[in-house]
Amino acid sequence: MTPQNSLSLDQAPPIGVPLRFFVTAPLFAVTAALLALWQGADLFGSRWSPAMLGITHLLTLGYLGLIMLGAILQMLPVVAGTPVRRPVPVAGAIHVLATGGIALLCYGLIFTAPLALKIALPLLGTALLSFAALVFLTLRRALPQNMTARAMRLAVLMLAATVLLGLVLLSNHAFGWWLQAREALAELHLTWGLLGWVGLLIAGVAFQVVPMFQLTPAYPVRLTRRLVPALFILLLALAAASRFPEFQLALKILLAAGFAVFALTTLQLQAKRRRKLSDVSLDLWRGGLIGLLSAVALWLAAQLVPAIGELQGYGMLLGVLMIVGFAMSIINGMLYKIVPFLVWFHLQGRRGANGTTVPNVREILPESRSRPQMRLHFAALAVLLAAVLVPAVFAYPAALLFAVSNFWLWLNIVAAGRTYRRVAARSGEAAAG
Amino acid sequence: MTTISDFLVPDHKRCDDLFAAAEAAAAEGDWDGATSGFALFRAALLHHFAMEEEVMFPAFETRTGMRQGPTAMMRNEHRQMTGMLGQMDKAVTGKDANAFLGDADTLLILMQQHNVKEEQML
Repeated sequence: MTPQNSLSLDQAPPIGVPLRFFVTAPLFAVTAALLALWQGADLFGSRWSPAMLGITHLLTLGYLGLIMLGAILQMLPVVAGTPVRRPVPVAGAIHVLATGGIALLCYGLIFTAPLALKIALPLLGTALLSFAALVFLTLRRALPQNMTARAMRLAVLMLAATVLLGLVLLSNHAFGWWLQAREALAELHLTWGLLGWVGLLIAGVAFQVVPMFQLTPAYPVRLTRRLVPALFILLLALAAASRFPEFQLALKILLAAGFAVFALTTLQLQAKRRRKLSDVSLDLWRGGLIGLLSAVALWLAAQLVPAIGELQGYGMLLGVLMIVGFAMSIINGMLYKIVPFLVWFHLQGRRGANGTTVPNVREILPESRSRPQMRLHFAALAVLLAAVLVPAVFAYPAALLFAVSNFWLWLNIVAAGRTYRRVAARSGEAAAG
Repeated sequence: MTTISDFLVPDHKRCDDLFAAAEAAAAEGDWDGATSGFALFRAALLHHFAMEEEVMFPAFETRTGMRQGPTAMMRNEHRQMTGMLGQMDKAVTGKDANAFLGDADTLLILMQQHNVKEEQML
């Protein structure tokens, strides 16, 4: 390694740090789909059923959570301006504790196994809370004008709050003590998790990556300064307002408006992008934002027409739109930007002076493999929405499409990882010979 | 401080525009457009690097006393991107759309994260 390229490589953690999270995550989504296949139409009966709770956590913790953890560990040194100390053991410990915890949690929820839940509790608590603390403390060093760093700090505070609520609910499940406010806490847990941790993080990252990758105009400065803190305060106020339903409704309307402004601004910026090339990642972003807008529209409609809110599948439709439509689409799109670039970047860094050619990002992950997977993802989303409304007809096709889409995503990531190993081995030989 | 970002930000944007034009031409198979567009983009980017390395970085180094820190990293990234420009030049001459667009994708990410670092640092 020449001294020059070691400089930027020193900043970035080894490729294994984020990749181990990215390779594990789609397998949790595949597991969720297989469980849905096993459960069939019954699954869509209630969103609080044990199987549905398990499947939801396989997606939110197993898929979304792991990818966000890996991506943040990757980005942290760049955003904070300083490397994280000992990234390999830190990432390894968090990864092992989190994956073990998620597997046990979901097993325990689905099969009502208190022992599994009791073991999951300290594993998940340690992994997620120490991760939140690590990110929060490391980002102290970021520059004050860095809006992405600020959003990330608020998002991990929301993660910590979501986890603490989750641990209370989990201990309630595991030990069976009497918890009067269980429903209210569960509601807050899912709101903070989806809108706080996932929503704030995606918004904060969008401020940085949407203009960067798609060459759109920048976000309005006032929006990047105020939106995320405003949403954060609204989310906190939601907890304080739990005894005042009318005040709470006002807060929720403001939250919905805030997320709608984010989605509409982003879509509008993307329409004005200077880069007109088709791009799978861009399409996944746009699909995700439309998913978010649809969720907001559905929620608003239910406030105006109470009959909609009382529909059998209303809550689950919101959940599918937010988790699969909004969050999974955007995360899937981000993976298609991050993974090929990381492979290229690390190969480039290893190349040294021996001149092995490094494949470019399109060779590492060809569009011919990512675009069909994206189509499957959106098809799975559409059929899942139909399955919520007519489970008897659509439950199996939805689960099947979802399984194939996520298995394909897994194959795409594994293939990129293999390319890394192959070319790295070749450049190692060239260096030795 | 403001004078530096007054130069940096619009010039980064100008390079982005030229990049997008060259890339779009190559994607449409318009190789004459891609060749001339790429030449403009390359000249603009190299000029931008030269301005930074000859004027801004020395000023930054004199003021902060840091010679091995951020500016060394920036210079290294300039070299990396110059290498990519060389590969793209070969691709545009050989009318190899896959190679050109793949290298363009890669260069775009490098360029953008480099710009972010620069705009924050200087």
